[in-house]
Amino acid sequence: MTARQVLVVALGDVRGPVLEAVTLARTLGTPTVLSLQPLAEPDLHALGTAGVERALVAELGDARHAAAVAGRAVATAAEVTGAHRVLLPTSFVAKEVAAHAAWLLDAGLLLDVASLAEDGDTDQVVGGKRVFAGTWETRCAVTCPVAVATVRANAVVATPADRAASTAAEPLQVDATLPRGLELLEREVRPTAGRPALAEAATVVLGGRGTEGDFAAVEELADVLGAAVGTTRDCVDEGWQPHDAQVGQTGVTIAPRLYIGAGISGAPHHHGGMQASGTIVAVNVDPDAPLVQIADFAVIGDLQEILPAAAAAIREHLDQSRGS
Amino acid sequence: MRVVVLVKHVPELLSQRALGEDGRTVRTSDDSALNEVDENAVEAALQLAGSSEGEVIAVTLGPSIAVDALRRTLAMGASRAVHATGDAFAGGDVVATARALAAAVRHLDGEAPVDVVLTGLAALDGLGSVIPSLVAAELGWPQLTVVEELTLEGQTLVGRRELDGATERWRAATPAVVSVTDSANDPRLPKMKDLLAARAAEITVLTHTDLGLADEEVGAAGSRTRVVEAAQRPEHPGPEIVTDDDGEGGVLLARYLLDNDLVGGAR
Ligand SMILES: Cc1cc2nc3c(=O)[nH]c(=O)nc-3n(C[C@H](O)[C@H](O)[C@H](O)COP(=O)(O)OP(=O)(O)OC[C@H]3O[C@@H](n4cnc5c(N)ncnc54)[C@H](O)[C@@H]3O)c2cc1C
Ligand SMILES: Nc1ncnc2c1ncn2[C@@H]1O[C@H](COP(=O)(O)O)[C@@H](O)[C@H]1O
Repeated sequence: MTARQVLVVALGDVRGPVLEAVTLARTLGTPTVLSLQPLAEPDLHALGTAGVERALVAELGDARHAAAVAGRAVATAAEVTGAHRVLLPTSFVAKEVAAHAAWLLDAGLLLDVASLAEDGDTDQVVGGKRVFAGTWETRCAVTCPVAVATVRANAVVATPADRAASTAAEPLQVDATLPRGLELLEREVRPTAGRPALAEAATVVLGGRGTEGDFAAVEELADVLGAAVGTTRDCVDEGWQPHDAQVGQTGVTIAPRLYIGAGISGAPHHHGGMQASGTIVAVNVDPDAPLVQIADFAVIGDLQEILPAAAAAIREHLDQSRGS
Repeated sequence: MRVVVLVKHVPELLSQRALGEDGRTVRTSDDSALNEVDENAVEAALQLAGSSEGEVIAVTLGPSIAVDALRRTLAMGASRAVHATGDAFAGGDVVATARALAAAVRHLDGEAPVDVVLTGLAALDGLGSVIPSLVAAELGWPQLTVVEELTLEGQTLVGRRELDGATERWRAATPAVVSVTDSANDPRLPKMKDLLAARAAEITVLTHTDLGLADEEVGAAGSRTRVVEAAQRPEHPGPEIVTDDDGEGGVLLARYLLDNDLVGGAR
C-alpha cells in the first residue's frame, strides 16, 4: 500500500505553524509542501529536517494575495500531487484560501482544528476542536473523498522526522489571473518589533485598558519570555496598539501554551478568542474580574508593579542557570 | 446600488451555548439574536444604498426563529427581507450554507441585478469566516473581505484590510462580495417606532425548491462534513489566586511560571 499524499500549504514564510502542520501531516501520510513564495536554503533545510521530500513553488507575484488565486494554486497542487488531504496553518487569510481551494476541489472544509486523524473504519478524516469559548469539545468528520483543513497554531508540537530528507523544490505552473474587476492598489508590511507573530506564538503577554496605554511593562515581560504582545479591542480603539494585535472574537483567535493577561477584564468577546489557551494567567486589581475567574493562576494587584518584578525575577533565574 | 445583506441569527455570547445530540447548535428565541457583527454589514449596506437611492434586501438562512434577525435588520432600515427556511436546510455545513445563500442571491439577481452582497466578518457562534469567500466562489464574483474601511468610488468599491502584519487596499468592480469588520462603522440604533413597524412587516419565505435547489444539495444531505461527537468539557477547577499586598506578586508569578516549566521560549 502506498502512503496517502498530504499537501501542506505555506502562504508565507516557512515558520513554526508550517512545521507543526507538516508534523501533523506525517501522521496522515507523505507530506508535500506548496509555497507561494520562493524557498531559500534555510527553508529547504527546515523542510528537509521535517521529512519533506518534495516542495512545489508557485510564483504568482502580488496575485497571491487574492484568496481566489491562492486557492487555485492550492487546488492545482492537490491535483498534481494526488493529495486528498490539504492542511493550512490557520489565519483569516488562510481560511479564505482554504474556502476557495475546497470549492474548486469539491472538498469538505474543517476550520481551525487542533487534531486530525484518519478513521480506518470509515476511511474518513476526523478533526477535533473546542467551540463556544472552549466550553465544548467537538469532532467533525469529512464525508467526501477530499478534505481541506485549517490547523490552529500550537495544537501540535513541531518535531523533526525520524529520517531527514533532502527537499527538492520544483516550480508549479498556476494561472495567476485575478478575478474580474479585482485590483490590489497597495500593500504595506508593518514592522514587527522583532517579536514572534501573535497568532503563532507559544507564549503571549497581553495588556488591556488597565495599562492606561503604557505597554512598557507588558513588553518587558513579553521580551523576557520571548512572547508575542496582544491586546483587547478597547486598546485598539484607543489607538494604543495596532488592529492585528487584537485578540478575541473579532480579532485574532489564539491558543498559546501560556496566556498572560494584565489589566484585562475578560469580556465575552475577548474570552471567545483565547479560552483554548493551555495555561491562563491573569493580573488584575479586581479579584472579581471574569478573566481572574477563568484563569489557572491570578495575581491581584497593580500590573505596573507586578509585571516588571516578574520579568526581573525570571531574568535573574535565566542568568543564573546560564552562568552555572 | 442594489445590496443584499446576509445576516445570521445566533445564540447570545453570554447565554449557556450548547450542542444537541445531533451535533447542531441549540437555539431558542429568548437567548438568540442578530449576529452582532452583521449589524456592521447592515450599516455598510445602508450607507452604500443610501448614497445612490438604492435598495437593501436582508437574507437569512435558518430556522423559523431566525426571522427575529430579519426584523432587527428591517428596523435598521432594510427595505425587504427574505427568509430561506425549511426542514431540508437543517444540519447544513459551511458548503451547504454558502450554496443556499448564493442561490438566494441568484434568485434576487434574477428579479433585478444585485450590485453587492454584504456580510459580517464572522458568525460569532461558529467563528468560521468562510461564508463570504464560499459565496464569492459560488457566484464567481470578486471579494473584498475583512474590510475595515469601505468606500464607493463611482461604480467600484475600495476596501482596506489589516491582516497578518500587512495593510492592503483593494479595488473591486461590482458585482462583488464584501465582508466588513466590527470597526468598519458604528451601526445605527433602530428607533422604537421602527422596531414596532418591523414586527408587522411582511417577510418573503423561500424554500430550497423555490431557490431551485434539490433535496440532496441542502442541509445535512448537501454537506461534506458531519459532527460525530460533541461533549461539554469539565468545569474549570477555579484559579489559584495570590495577592501583591506585600509586594511579592511579581516574584510569585515568576515562580509559578518557572515551576510549571512555562518559561521555555525564553531568550
Ligand atoms: C461586536 C463587538 C466585538 C468585540 N470584539 C472584541 C474582540 O475581538 N476582542 C476584545 O478584546 N474585545 C472585543 N470587544 C470589546 C469587549 O466587549 C470589551 O469591551 C473589551 O474586551 C474590554 O477590554 P479591556 O479588558 O481591555 O478593558 P476593561 O473591560 O475596561 O478592563 C480593564 C481591566 O483592567 C483592570 N485594571 C485597571 N487598572 C489596572 C492595573 N493598574 N493593574 C491591573 N489591572 C488593572 C480592571 O480591573 C479591569 O478588569 C468587542 C465588542 C463588541 C461590541
Ligand atoms: N445562515 C446564514 N444566513 C445568512 N447569512 C449568513 C449565514 N451564515 C453566515 N452568514 C453570513 O456570513 C458571515 C460570516 O459567517 P461565517 O463564515 O459563518 O463566520 C456572517 O457574518 C453573515 O453575514
